[in-house]
Amino acid sequence: MDISRLTRVSDCAWRIERTGTMRVPAVILASESLMREMDDKVFEQIGNVTRLPGIVGAAYAMPDAHWGYGFPIGGVAAFDPARGGVVSAGGVGFDISCGVRLLLTGLQRMDIEPIKTELAKSLYRAIPAGVGSTGRIVLEHAEMNVMLSGGARWAVEQGYGSPDDLDRIEERGCMAGADPAAVSPRARDRQRREVGTLGSGNHYLELQTVGDVDDEALAATFGLGKGDVVISIHCGSRGLGHQIGTEFLREMAIAAPGFNIELPDLELACAPIESDVGVRYLGAMRAAVNCALANRQVITHLTRSAFAKILPRARLELLFDVSHNVCREETHVVDGVERKLFVHRKGATRAFGPGHPELPARFRGAGQPVFIGGSMGTSSYVMAGNGRVDTECAFASACHGAGRSMSRHAATRRWDGRQVVEELAARGVVIMSRSMRGVAEEAPGAYKDVTAVVDAAQEAGLARKVARLRPLICIKG
Amino acid sequence: MSDLIDTAALQPSQLRWSHFEHGADIGISGEGATLAETFAAVATALTAIVTDPAAVKDDAAVAISCEAPSPQLLLVDFLNAIIFQMATNDLLFRRYRVETDGVNLRATAWGERVDLVRHAPAVEPKGATYTALTVERRADGRWRAACVIDV
Repeated sequence: MDISRLTRVSDCAWRIERTGTMRVPAVILASESLMREMDDKVFEQIGNVTRLPGIVGAAYAMPDAHWGYGFPIGGVAAFDPARGGVVSAGGVGFDISCGVRLLLTGLQRMDIEPIKTELAKSLYRAIPAGVGSTGRIVLEHAEMNVMLSGGARWAVEQGYGSPDDLDRIEERGCMAGADPAAVSPRARDRQRREVGTLGSGNHYLELQTVGDVDDEALAATFGLGKGDVVISIHCGSRGLGHQIGTEFLREMAIAAPGFNIELPDLELACAPIESDVGVRYLGAMRAAVNCALANRQVITHLTRSAFAKILPRARLELLFDVSHNVCREETHVVDGVERKLFVHRKGATRAFGPGHPELPARFRGAGQPVFIGGSMGTSSYVMAGNGRVDTECAFASACHGAGRSMSRHAATRRWDGRQVVEELAARGVVIMSRSMRGVAEEAPGAYKDVTAVVDAAQEAGLARKVARLRPLICIKG
Repeated sequence: MSDLIDTAALQPSQLRWSHFEHGADIGISGEGATLAETFAAVATALTAIVTDPAAVKDDAAVAISCEAPSPQLLLVDFLNAIIFQMATNDLLFRRYRVETDGVNLRATAWGERVDLVRHAPAVEPKGATYTALTVERRADGRWRAACVIDV
């Protein structure tokens, strides 16, 4: 990116000044080196977001921002319904409520090493992953409605996990306001056999060990110690979320001229929050959030069952579950006034800071756990949210991952999947995948340096580093 | 409808399709003498992001119909209808018969159920997007169409 076009506000904050049809400025939160590497498309896309009706404060891009659909991945924007604000299907993305949950195991790396391959095979058998994978649960219409309304709460009621899990999930495991009637038959058909499946692409289940601890006190609060084994689960609302995203993007794109909304990019399709299509989208999107929360809860159950057979003394406790593609109604102070806003985070994690009333009591002093996924060969990070409820912290948001530095095509030209598996095995990382081409596409070298991203997030004041996680086993979706 | 292409007799290699790069996802494009041939070519490029279309048998047939206010939205609707069939019936498609006037489209897609060993599917197309969406008739009279697929 040509950084001469931005005003440097601080070491890790760069402002695109308001010009032309921009309603507010845009702010990119990244170090100078990340800025120079960043795709010019981020500049264009975050600028386009500022042109949407009812946007308040500024549009923000996180340190891992890259070219997305309409919104950049790593984009955050808040809209005020009282000022004609919009909800944007493009601002949430196709994989609604894609997110990460982290499980503690009570195990140390030395407990895992002797049985790593056996455990990897067992997890690979237990958790449906990859293209076309289907689960054992088949949901027909009535039961699907209960799932779409209940989220992880539904899953726990079905015996997948314990009620204690729910307190460790955003929205306490169930997003209010879901409207299953707004979910089309096609979206339901796509979900019918997909509950409890990882999916494909960049989704994964990873066994990791805690490497460097950056903040001992925060790590202790989160139950993390050096050498501990944890499990990260990264997946979303599968076909249902995609179908909802596709259908509402189309409907909003066609309806936009009727609302006098000029779309700078069709992928930014949006509608007034209080319009019929806006209300239906929010109802369907919230149902998709519940679908994703149920999905990650069922996968957690499958993981616990697999562990119970091989390492019965392991106690898989949920640390927290975050969604990074979502629109939520939240209260923020803008220009000194408390306002109800619809905050879109696309490829960005909510990062409430210490003292936030919505946090579970256990994390209220520390701030919300934030999980930053890396690639299957490098590292992931646990951070703690820093967000005050004002606009200075990007509406209490942080980054979500490393972000790709190379296209899938370029990665397959450069790496052979089998070779990637062998090289990672030599470094002690077991990869389980049905597709060697898929492994090549997700090769560690195809991703940016996640450490640079989390350092910038900390420097920008979005979140604080807690601990670094190194992969041991990766079940690739 | 005025424009009909039946690629039943054509191998996937006889259609003009290709892929282009787009960040985390994959762009697909096709060319043809008619809009219908071009749409069939783009659909073949869609299969090719999952597996080699020439390795897909044509045992099963599925009917698809769409209607959209513009040829661009029609292309996205057509591809999303194929993706829906792929997702819900575990199908991959080798060839198409397409009839379209740019607003209405009727098609038959021939393919088979995914064989995880033989097809080794690399990715799962999740949706056709409006990114890099083009349906255009060039100066030489040939059609070109493209968009990015979210995988």
